[in-house]
Amino acid sequence: MFTAPAFAQETEAGPEAEAPQAPETHSEVGVEHDAGGSFPPFDSSTFPSQLLWLAITFGLFYLFLKKVVLPRIGGILEVRQDRIAQDLGEAARMKEEADAAVAAYEQELADARARANAIGQEARDDAKARAEAERKKVEASLEGRLSEAEARIALIKDAAMRDVGQIAEETAGAIVRQLVGTDADKAAVSAAVKAARG
Amino acid sequence: MANDPIHQFHITKLIPIEIGGLDLSFTNSSLFMVATVATAGAFLYLTTASRGLVPSRLQSISEMSYEFVANMLRDAAGTQGMRFFPLVFSLFMFVLMANLLGMFPYFFTVTSHIIVTFALSMLVIGTVVVYGFWKHGLKFLGLFVPQGVPGVLVPLVVAIEVVSFLSRPISLSVRLFANMLAGHITLKVFAGFVVSLASFGALGVGGAVLPLIMTVALTGLEFLVAFLQAYVFAVLTCMYLNDALHPSH
Repeated sequence: MFTAPAFAQETEAGPEAEAPQAPETHSEVGVEHDAGGSFPPFDSSTFPSQLLWLAITFGLFYLFLKKVVLPRIGGILEVRQDRIAQDLGEAARMKEEADAAVAAYEQELADARARANAIGQEARDDAKARAEAERKKVEASLEGRLSEAEARIALIKDAAMRDVGQIAEETAGAIVRQLVGTDADKAAVSAAVKAARG
Repeated sequence: MANDPIHQFHITKLIPIEIGGLDLSFTNSSLFMVATVATAGAFLYLTTASRGLVPSRLQSISEMSYEFVANMLRDAAGTQGMRFFPLVFSLFMFVLMANLLGMFPYFFTVTSHIIVTFALSMLVIGTVVVYGFWKHGLKFLGLFVPQGVPGVLVPLVVAIEVVSFLSRPISLSVRLFANMLAGHITLKVFAGFVVSLASFGALGVGGAVLPLIMTVALTGLEFLVAFLQAYVFAVLTCMYLNDALHPSH
C-alpha cells in the first residue's frame, strides 16, 4: 500500500494530465485511466477487488487443501509406507520360519541318526550277549558230560583193579599147579599176590 | 490493441460490485484466481480419489508435489515446521498453477499483479511475525541479534538485520511479480516482431523466423520460470518460517 501511490504518480506524470486525481477517485476514473494506458499492475483502483478475491479464493483453497486433500495424500503415503514395512516384516518373519523349519529338520535328522545308531548298538549287544550265553551253556554241558565220563572211567578202573587181584591169584594157582603139580596153598598165593601188588 | 504488450495485464470487470465506495468487482483477475484454485484443487482431489496403493501417473504427480513441498519444508524448518505445511503447500500450488495458467494464450496471469504477490508475501511475513511472537515472546527479537558478534558491531548488525527483515516481503513479492510481468512482456514483444516483420513482404517473412525461434525458446523458458518462481517462493517461505520457529539462528 505504501509503494503503490508512488509508482502510480511516476507513471501518471507522463501520458495523462488528470493523473493526480486518479488515486483519490476510485472506480470510474480508474477505468478511464486503464483505457488511457497506465500500467495496470500499479493501478491502485483495482487493488481492493484483487485483494478481496485473492482472500476468498486462496482462503477456500487453503481450507480445502488442509481439510481434504492433504490428509488424504498423507494418508495414502502413510498406508503405503505401513504396507511396505508390514510386507518386509512379513518377509522377515517367513524367512525366520523357514530357518526354524530347516533347523528343526536338521535336528530331527540328527536325532533319527542317533536313534538308529542306538538301535543298532543295542541289537549288536543283544546278539553278542545271547551268543555268549549260548556258548556258556554249551560249555557247561560239555563240562558236565566230561566229568560224567571221567566218573565212569574211574568206576570202571576201580572195578578192573578190584578184579586184578583175583585174576592174579587164580593165574598164580594155575601156574603153580602146572609147575608143581599140586594145588598151592590159597592163602600163601593170595599173600604173595598182595605182596607183589603192594 | 493486439500488439500492445501491456494489454494482457489489463483488468476488466466482469460483474461490477461496489460496497461502501470500494470497487470489489468480480474481474478477469478474480476469474483466473477462481480458475487457479479450482484447477489445482480439482486436480489434487480427483487424482487421489482412488487412493491407490500403487499410484496412477496422475496420482503420483499429486504425491510428488506433496513430498516435494514436505521435504522442502522439513529441510528448511525441521519437523516442527510441518505445522505450516498446509500453508506452504497451498502457496506453492497456488503460485505454480497461476503461473502455468498464465502461459495459455489470452489467459490472465494472476501473479503478474504486484498486489497479489505482495498480499501473499505479507501473509507469509505476517505468519512469521505473529507465530514468532506468540511462540517465543520477546525472544523472537533475538532474530535481529546474531550470536558471536563483537559488542561494538551489534548496533550496526541489528540495523542491517532489521532492514533485511523489512525488505523480505518486498523482495519476495517483487521477485515473483517482476518475473511473470517481464517474461510475459518479452514473449509478447518478440511475438509482435514476428507479425510486424512478416507484414513487410517476402524478405520480412524470412527475417521473422528469428523472432519466431526466439518466441519458441522464450516460451520454454517461461515454463521453467513459472515452476522456478513457485519453487523459490515456497523455499523462501520455508526459510522465513524457520526464523519464526528458531529465532536464535
